[in-house]
Amino acid sequence: MDEKIGFTLNGKPVSIGAGGGRMLLGVLRYDFGLLGVKYGCGEGFCGACTVLVDDAPVRSCQTLLKDVKGRSVVTIEALAAGEALHPLQKAFMRNDALQCGYCTPGMILNAYGLLRRDPNPSRAKIIDEMSGNLCRCGTYARIVAAIQDAAREMRAEK
Amino acid sequence: MKAKDPRELDFFDASHLPAMDRREFLKVFGGGIVVAFSLVDVLEGQEGQRGRGPGGGNLPTDFNAFLAIREDGKVVCLTGKIEMGQGIVTSLAQMLAEELDVSLDSVVMVMGDTDLCPWDMGTFGSMTTRVFGPAMRAAAAEARAVLIDLAAEKLHRPAAQLAVREGVVYDAKDPAAKITYAQLAEGKKIERHLEKKPPVKAPAAFRVVGTSQLRRDAREKVTGRARYAGDMLFPGMLHARILRPPAHGAKLLDADVSAAEKMPGIRIVRDADLLAVLHESPDAAEAALAKIKARFDVPDTGLDDKTIYDHLLKVAPKGEESGLKGSLEEGAKLADPVIESTFLNAYVAHAPIEPHTATVRIEGDKVTAWISTQRPFGDKDEIAKALGVPAANVRVIAPFVGGGFGGKTSNRQAVEAARLAKATGRPVQVAWSRGEEFFYDTFRPAAIVKIKSGAAKNGSIVLWDYAVYFAGQRGSDHFYDIPNSRTTVYGSSWTGGPGTHPFATGAWRAPSNSTNTFARESQIDIMAARAGMDPVEFRLGNLKDPRMIRVLKAAAAKAGWKPAPAPTGRGRGVACGIDAGTYVAHFAEVEVDKAGGKVQVKRVVVAQDMGLTINPAGARLQMEGCITMGLGYALAEEIRFRNGEILDVNFDTYEIPRFSWTPAMETVILDAADAPPQGGGEPPIIGMGAAVANAIHDAVGARLYQLPMTPARVKAALDEKAPAATGRTKSALRPRTGIA
Repeated sequence: MDEKIGFTLNGKPVSIGAGGGRMLLGVLRYDFGLLGVKYGCGEGFCGACTVLVDDAPVRSCQTLLKDVKGRSVVTIEALAAGEALHPLQKAFMRNDALQCGYCTPGMILNAYGLLRRDPNPSRAKIIDEMSGNLCRCGTYARIVAAIQDAAREMRAEK
Repeated sequence: MKAKDPRELDFFDASHLPAMDRREFLKVFGGGIVVAFSLVDVLEGQEGQRGRGPGGGNLPTDFNAFLAIREDGKVVCLTGKIEMGQGIVTSLAQMLAEELDVSLDSVVMVMGDTDLCPWDMGTFGSMTTRVFGPAMRAAAAEARAVLIDLAAEKLHRPAAQLAVREGVVYDAKDPAAKITYAQLAEGKKIERHLEKKPPVKAPAAFRVVGTSQLRRDAREKVTGRARYAGDMLFPGMLHARILRPPAHGAKLLDADVSAAEKMPGIRIVRDADLLAVLHESPDAAEAALAKIKARFDVPDTGLDDKTIYDHLLKVAPKGEESGLKGSLEEGAKLADPVIESTFLNAYVAHAPIEPHTATVRIEGDKVTAWISTQRPFGDKDEIAKALGVPAANVRVIAPFVGGGFGGKTSNRQAVEAARLAKATGRPVQVAWSRGEEFFYDTFRPAAIVKIKSGAAKNGSIVLWDYAVYFAGQRGSDHFYDIPNSRTTVYGSSWTGGPGTHPFATGAWRAPSNSTNTFARESQIDIMAARAGMDPVEFRLGNLKDPRMIRVLKAAAAKAGWKPAPAPTGRGRGVACGIDAGTYVAHFAEVEVDKAGGKVQVKRVVVAQDMGLTINPAGARLQMEGCITMGLGYALAEEIRFRNGEILDVNFDTYEIPRFSWTPAMETVILDAADAPPQGGGEPPIIGMGAAVANAIHDAVGARLYQLPMTPARVKAALDEKAPAATGRTKSALRPRTGIA
């Protein structure tokens, strides 16, 4: 049996012996039932499976379970503080920055990582940093607006 | 329950509803007033019916839905339509709230559940608002009248004196005398029919329709709580991975499953053509699949993405002619000169970010399937047939659908999951990998358009002889005022007959029309340039249709169009079209990197007349989505294949638009509130190919005849050589133009 791998998941310590060679995507969805993590392409090209590891966005379909040992993993389910949504979530709603919604969790978490590194990113930087996340419904312009909107709100809150 | 009169409504108690489990039904409603309505033969006389439906010729016979006014005051709409991002969960609720005079918040939409919702042919063709919408509005208006009648009895006031606001019926002269819909619904057994149909509201009276509303499902989607077909997980459920052939047309010779079999917890199912490995963990199923050693016989068809066009011309059936007008010979004599062009477009994938997925559970004789589908009732029949059970035993539920674009009208994965659930006796999920998604997609067909046309010296078009092969009929008819004209459609359906395409093809957002509009509007520009005329003025000079003239002028004004014959070097292009009843005009502005051939679209303006607009914010989202998605087929999207093998199987080589492609977008919705509502989810995509092609020509003087307009093709056009993609073959069908 594989050794148990411990990490923090959405703020709580967890431990799992499911095999460290598995990808985080399947572990989060099927072992922990965190279904906001989405499979899109399985090879890191679309960003639908993005989660935060130590507050930085990673592709969970390309991240081995053993590589998150001892680290903190956050999924879309834990971004809101209870019923109080994160400013990014509110801004996505306010700006109609989604259609089918399948890429949305990955978009929001990637944007979260961006705003953490740069609380006041230029439009060009947002486009550059988000370009690895794909949306087939064509909501990119709204997402850029939503990220700018959320960034303003987050700076004001500080 | 099937009414002959399309406007006929039946009001009855829930217990009278056939084919519905009363227990389930009451769980949803908790009692109340139920309104069923149906709309028969509504598509009679509608354009674009030919080949409608994934099987081709699968015409709908009716449209149905239920409204229910619950005892808690909620108004529930049950419809077989599904939400895949296009926003009808909001716009349908708006229509209902409007006609019933209730708040938008009180409307509950129950969608795409075949046990709870009446039959619906599917969600495609931009038909929800323009076809289903009017029926629903009429039903709601009638329901409102019935509620007022009931209130008149209760309040002992004449019905004519009563008004409604937010679900409260009150005496307009004595507002203290009032009763709520909820109170009226309490413990009701209603079976009532109105002799005189009340009219739907006039636009001037609208409070909800025509106002911009944010998406109603956004909160679930930003919190990750929205559930899609792959999120339906059950105890004991098995995840299936299915052995797939390496190419379409390949035959399995043998498969050695001995290594896979040894893996703990693995189930292997062999059922005719189906060989699947199943495990409670999808990762384990995937690992087991990798251990199967299979040999296939792959036929050599000689077909690939370059030779396909010659093949298509060869297998083309007899053309269907339409719109014959005047004399083509006479037109050819008047034309100065006659210009012949051939336009090509490649196979294009739907590529929704959610791949096709189905979860099926069989309990006793009851089959329940959660499917990423645009066609729940079609899937229901297919599952019933595959399992050999009565359709009544099958319940299909479409949860949130992660994008469809036409591709989820076909759901092979649902039948696979059902067969595997039956074979294993366990709930089974089949969730396609991205590679499977690209392999089994029903691609937008590769197509050819040949046009012979010409204008007289004064700029009036005198000849139009248009032939389209395999794109389909929709959008093939022109709307210009041309005295000598003919349209011939070869292969009227996008599915093609046997032996046409090397794999499945199907409806792709605004099917046929993006191809037809690309060809037609490119040719119009070619003629305008040849006549030395500004492309907008050239079009206006050949248009008589006032709606199109209005739309084109509105778009030109928004774009700040300055008339000049192309090429001007500015990089601006125009295109017009009609789709799903909506008139649309595109302006695109591009930058072309002459060294590499790369095109960046800087700005797109779209104006449209879509009749009455239910939710302007939602319509604009669709317009922006169409512009963005349309950049893909215009500039990059092309399925490459060889002998039935799909060579593009993920987003690394099959490029779809991304953030960095997004142009500045300006959308104009013309006020047409008195006209019936038309399509919104598809029309604004049809002009993207031509507007960009025309803008490229305006920028650099090079004409592109083939979609997508890849850097290599742009470069080749710049070099005035044949495009690279066809240049390597001996194709007789080199896209070209020539003066006859």
